[in-house]
Parts: sequence; structure tokens; C-alpha cells
Amino acid sequence: MPEGFRDDLFEPDRKELGEGPVYRFALDRREWVAAMGAGLLVTAAGEVALSAGAAVAEIPPSTRLHLGEDGSITVLTGKVEVGQGSRTEIAQAAAEELCVAPEDLRVILADTSVTPNDGSTAGSRTTPSTVPVVRRACAAARELLLRTAADSWDLDPTKLRVDAGSVAHADERVSYAHLARSSRLTSTGDDAVPRRVPLTKVGDWKVLGRSALKVRSREIVTGAHRYPSDIVRPDMLYGCVLRPPSYGAELMSVDLAPATRLDAVAVRDGEFVGFAAKTSHEARNAMKACSETARWQSGPHPSSEELGTLLKARAQTSGGGRRGPRRRESGDVTAALARGTNLAHSYEIPYVQHAPMEPRAAVAEWDDSRLTVWTGTQRPFGVRDHLAEAFRLRPEAVRVIVPDTGGGFGGKHTGEVAIEAARLAKAAGKPVSLRWTRAEEFVWAYFRPAAAFEVRAALNGTRIVAWDFTAYNPGTAAIETPYAIPHVRTQYFPCDAPLREGSYRGIGATGNNFAREVFMDELAAAAGVDPLEFRLENLADERMKAVLRAAADRFGWPGTESFGPGLGTGIAAGFEKGSYIAICAEVRTTGGRVEVERLVSAFECGAILNPRNVQAQVEGCVIQGLGAALTEEIRFEGGRLLNGSFSRYRVPRFQDVPPMETVLLDRTDIDSAGAGETPIIAVAPALANAVFAATGERQRSLPLRLPRA
Amino acid sequence: MAPGRTGGRRDITRFTVRVNRTEMSTDSPAERPLLEVLREDFGLTGTKYGCGEGQCRACTVLIDGRPEPSCLTPVSSAAGASVTTIEGLASDGDLTQVQRAFLEADAAQCGYCTAGMIVEATALLRRNPKPTRSEILDSMNPHLCRCCGYPNILRAVEMAARPEGDDA
Repeated sequence: MPEGFRDDLFEPDRKELGEGPVYRFALDRREWVAAMGAGLLVTAAGEVALSAGAAVAEIPPSTRLHLGEDGSITVLTGKVEVGQGSRTEIAQAAAEELCVAPEDLRVILADTSVTPNDGSTAGSRTTPSTVPVVRRACAAARELLLRTAADSWDLDPTKLRVDAGSVAHADERVSYAHLARSSRLTSTGDDAVPRRVPLTKVGDWKVLGRSALKVRSREIVTGAHRYPSDIVRPDMLYGCVLRPPSYGAELMSVDLAPATRLDAVAVRDGEFVGFAAKTSHEARNAMKACSETARWQSGPHPSSEELGTLLKARAQTSGGGRRGPRRRESGDVTAALARGTNLAHSYEIPYVQHAPMEPRAAVAEWDDSRLTVWTGTQRPFGVRDHLAEAFRLRPEAVRVIVPDTGGGFGGKHTGEVAIEAARLAKAAGKPVSLRWTRAEEFVWAYFRPAAAFEVRAALNGTRIVAWDFTAYNPGTAAIETPYAIPHVRTQYFPCDAPLREGSYRGIGATGNNFAREVFMDELAAAAGVDPLEFRLENLADERMKAVLRAAADRFGWPGTESFGPGLGTGIAAGFEKGSYIAICAEVRTTGGRVEVERLVSAFECGAILNPRNVQAQVEGCVIQGLGAALTEEIRFEGGRLLNGSFSRYRVPRFQDVPPMETVLLDRTDIDSAGAGETPIIAVAPALANAVFAATGERQRSLPLRLPRA
Repeated sequence: MAPGRTGGRRDITRFTVRVNRTEMSTDSPAERPLLEVLREDFGLTGTKYGCGEGQCRACTVLIDGRPEPSCLTPVSSAAGASVTTIEGLASDGDLTQVQRAFLEADAAQCGYCTAGMIVEATALLRRNPKPTRSEILDSMNPHLCRCCGYPNILRAVEMAARPEGDDA
């Protein structure tokens, strides 16, 4: 493995959006206090600490667990739920260590005044990072309750058992609620908190490792759950924002009087022009009336047709920093390339849009100079800080609450809509709900970066002896090859990109693995070896070999019996964020387009915490990947999107789902990693390789197109 | 909101819609989407906005029993009609067969598309209690789920259609 490989495992992708707030406004400040019922509080600032007692009225910002005197159990984390299953998984984790059922506790997510700051919900980090933190806090609390009970009974703690929310001995039983009220407990100090309590072993799991139904499903199937776009506050107005007609257009002038005549609130603050009214229909009418008076000045903007050459021409080749170019080399690549049979090819991927079902939404409410915003973001604390900066507030004066949100896929790291709603609410003197339209979400949200790749390798027989991989703009996730190659050079250049870019499911790994795994197929063909055998021969990583074999076995690789005119099979694998994916696909190309006849995925993410959810995440991720492989491509020209709507930007639908099977490898001996991102990275290359098998012509850019007849 | 109060609002009319078995009225321009009337005037936020062009069907409601995208339905055309939203399916807290199937099949990831899916499946099973798989696909295909949780949603609809059968 190349040097630095392990460091890469959880390094944030260099293409994670790093913008400041989109607006800055002037305001003043005040303090914020949140309260919860009395009980036992376990905080989680690094190690576990205890703050207990009935006198607790204010929750320290690092509170991880609250055992109420009323018997309630509350677990808190700054992570958000966007459909990936974090709420359920956190509930399972806490329930496991507290020996209760998941439905016996409440999980509070992402409220910056109440929950710990667990960073952004990104990079598949909830499972490997937040779940262990929650488990440690809950295990410590369990141990503390056990010791308190043992103390009161004057028994050795090892003689007691913990189950169903109470500590028991013989026929005696004392509930957590009772213990939380105990003076023995409340009189203890931080020193009494047990340190490094062992977590429940995988073999003893009663809740984790088993399928749990999604928490709050009932609210979803009855329509009762309130997403960010559903939040309603007293006296609330509905807002909308005047957008430029094209990227880079500057507002020269606009007359807001027509809005005022329509009884709407209108505000211009620098580049921001927004409206608020009693209904969104009235707000839109006010905006339309004013937009007719707006004068814009726009400059040239490139076309998506020239993306490949544009990115290479605009590559940032010097400078450093976390967002700068990166070059890594192990061995002597130049010399090794000179010795073997060389092959070199270029690849490209376009911009794609996340297009979550719920467009960005926020409700903002001011109370003097304190601001509360309900919004759908994957970075609650980051958005709080952006709001504070935009309005010149201290972060403590801003509260960001993230209700379980309608999809993210890496596309909701930013807080534009929160800042816009807050600016409107400030102007209106009333709460304002701002929901972006689908068109706004397509045009003004950020994109998965477009990218170009140049790959060269040298073969010695069936072994790769040198690997030279240059990536323009995709990001750095999965840029290092997982194959065992003695001489490896990897270069990454960020580019002065024409569109706003940021995270995505798997982000840089989608492009890097596409280029790598299609090129692997080309190398296998050049070496005259079956692509599965070629991969296995060049791999040292047993986990990657295992997913390849599992997918191939289930698929019946190479599936030769189905070969016929226009039919072909392809295979690809990948490793990222601690998990492994391999996909075998069969495609038909005789119908004038690429039709997926069959798809088998094998996935491994260590010990599986919630099998049903892992299965759903893998399936959903793979199907989403079918879109990016076959149809999704943002096209633009003259600063405008040419396909910024669901009628022109084709995403997968029911009838696009091929017959598919998913094999989950449960490695209970390995720490759990996330499952929501990595599966996507093998979809496009598996299909591209299958198209080659079907047509004999290599497709090196996405979305895949058939060769012209 | 009184008609004729300002020049810009001279086209305000009172519309009455029977929503979830209750008469509801609003003073509104005729062209305003039913979706916005349901959400903003009647407080029924279970019906979701997804695209505004009938391409995702997250906003599907039953209008006189037919599934329609409420984002493209002007309130004037729903006046006098009987509208059922996701909130009107369960009665007295008892979930319908379709809702229970969606629960049991774990058919929601983010769940934002779920209301539209359930309303569509409800309409399908009312007119065709034993649909084939391809009939289910035809009915559900206009609905987008960007989490791409299609396999579990399909399983939920099939479970609702065959509550006694196995769901393998």
C-alpha cells in the first residue's frame, strides 16, 4: 500500500465545500439558555464526565445523556437525520449499553443549544465516530447506576444485573428513574464517573447487529413529521428570494416599490433581494413585480461542452494548504513506467446535482437579538457560525435546530437558506419560512464536482508494476489505489471551477474510482486476463478480495451463458471510508440505450449494526449511482443551466431499477464503518466495463453513452 | 384578505374544499396551487412540495378519489371537491393497510416522498385490489424517491396488496 494510505481513510475530501457565509449583515447580541427536567446528566467532552442533581436547570453544551427522574432517557448528538438512519442507529447504540429497548429512549439530534457538537454529518462518520462516543457515555452511565445500586444494597456490583431499565439483584429491582433521584448519586462528583467502561461485546449484543425499524416511521406514514419546510411559527410569513438570471450576473438596480404596493415585505441588502408575505403566492407575486424592474449585468460563462479541457487549463498546479494540489509518490514511477508495457487513457465526469426531494428550507425567528433557525443542513454548528458571522452575533445567540430532513447526499452542508430566511425575518419583524424551489435547488445549490483524469500504468505480464494517476478537480477521496503496486504516483489538482462545488455521496471517490476501475478493465484486456482474475492478482487487501469474490459468486461471473449480441457483463470494486464494495452488472445495448439487466453488489463495512438499514442504504446508493452512471449530467451555457428540472434532468425512477441482489458481509471482528456512501463508487465503472463487453468500444466519460451506430 | 381590499388582490375569491371529511374555506386567488392552500391555509403540511411541475408527485392527494399532483391543481378546480391528504387516511389513530405496510417494510429513508407514495398506492389498491407487479410499477413510476428506496417501497405496496401472503 502506498505511504499515507491509512491517513487518507478519514481525511476530509479536499472538495468539501469551504465557503464562508453567503451574506454578512449587521446586528447585536445576547445569551441563550436551554432547560430540561431534573435528573442525571452525563456529558461527553472528550472522556465522560458527570454533572448530576435536581438543581440542574441548564444543560451544558456537551450533554450526551440525560436520565430523567421521571424515568425518561434522552440521548443527545449533534448529528442529523437525512434518511441515512442515524436516529435509529444512535437509539440502538444507546439502548444496547443501557440495556433498554430502542423505543424506551428519546434521541435529540442537532440542536445547537442542546446537543453536543459532533461536527458535520458527512463522510460516513456517524457510525465509526458518534456511535462509539454514545455507547461509551451510556456504558459509563450504566456502570454508575450499577455501582450506586450496589452501594445502597451494600453488595458487590458484580453480583447485580442490569436489564429493562433497572438494576436487579435476586428479587429486588430498582429503576434508573429511582436511581437518578438517589441522593447517593447526586452527591457524587465528576470523580465518581467510571472511566473506560468496556462496551458490550459484539457476541453479547441484543439490540445492535439486529434490524431495527426506522424510529419515527409512524410520524412519516401519517404525515405528522415536520420537516424543515413544514415548520410553522405564530404569525409566520412566507419568503422568496430574487435570483440572478445567470451565474455571475450582478444586480445594477431594482425597484422594490411594486412589492410594497402588494403589502409584501421587501428587502435589499447588498446582493440579497428578498420578499415575504402572508402566503408564498403573494411573496412570489411581489417578487415577480419587482423582478420586471431589475437590471442585471452579466459576463461570459463557459459551456459544459468544454469542461474537460477547461478543467485541465484551469488546474491549480502550485500552492498548498488543505484545499490545494497534492502529490504523492512511492517508489520510482518514471523509471518503472519505462521498463514495462505502457497503457494510458483519459476519463471525464460531469457535474451532477444531489436534488434531494426536499429542497433547502428554513424558518427563522428573532427574539430581540437572539435568532432561532429551523433548517435542513448537514452542518448545524457550521451553519450556526455562519449565521453568527452574517449577523455579527456571538454563536451563543444563535440556535440552529435541524428537524429530520428530506434528503442530503452531501448536498446540504451549507446554510444559505438559513441566512436568507433570517434576513427576511429580521426585515419583517416576524418569523419567516423560506423554501427554495426545485429550480433554485438545481441552479443555486452546489454540485458534485466535474473532473478529468489521466491514468498511465505499466504491466509486467499480469502484474501492474507502475501506476501514475492524475486527477483534475474530483476531490481526493479514494484517489489512492487499493491495488498492491510497487511504484505509485498520485497527483491531484483542484481547478478554478465554473460552478459552485461541494460534497456528494462519496464525493471524490465517485470520479477517482470510475477512472481507476475502468482503467483496470483496460489493463486486464491488455494483459489478456479476465478482469476479476486480474484484480485478484493485483490485490493484497483480503477484504477487497472478499467482496469481489462474493459479488462474483452470487453473479456467476463472468456470466458467459448470457453473452449474445449487445449483452455484456462488467465488474468493479472499490474501497473508501472504511468499507468495501464490489459490483457485477449485466447490460443490454441493443435497445439504443444502456439497459441494466442484472446487478449484484457485495458490501462489507465491518460489524453490521442494523442489517435492514445497511441493506437499504446499499440498495439506495447503488440505484442513485445508476443515475450518475447513465443519465445525470448538468449542462450549462452562458451562465444558465440547460436542464435544471426533473423533466430535463433524469434521475432514477421505479422502472429503472434492475433486478438486483445485495450480499452483505458481516465482519463482526472489525469495527463498524458507515454504509451510505461507498456503494455508489463501483456502479458507474461496473456498467462502463459491461458496456465495453457488450459493444467492444470503451466509454471513458459519464454519463455512459452508446457508440454511434 | 377581504376581496377588493387592494388593487393587487381584486381577484380574491372564497373557495370551499372538503378536506379529509371536513369543509374548509379560504380566500384566495383562483390560480393558487391547492398544495399551498393545504399547507399554508389549512395547516396540512403532510403533503410535500417537490418540484412544482408534476414530475416527482411528492404532492399527490386524492381529489374525488383520483390521485392528482396538488402542485399543478389550482385551488379553483378543487373547489367543491372532496380532497384526501396523507393526514386523512388513518382514522382515530388506526393506520390503513397501506400505511402499515410502509411501516413494516421500512419503506421510508428520508420519508419526504412517502406521503405521495402512500396516497398513490391507496388509490391504486382501491381501484385494483390485486395489482400485478407491472401494474404497481406503472402507477408508482411517476413518483420520485431520491434516496432511491424503491425496492422497499415496492415491497410495501405488494405487502399492502397481499397482506396475508409472504413478502419475500
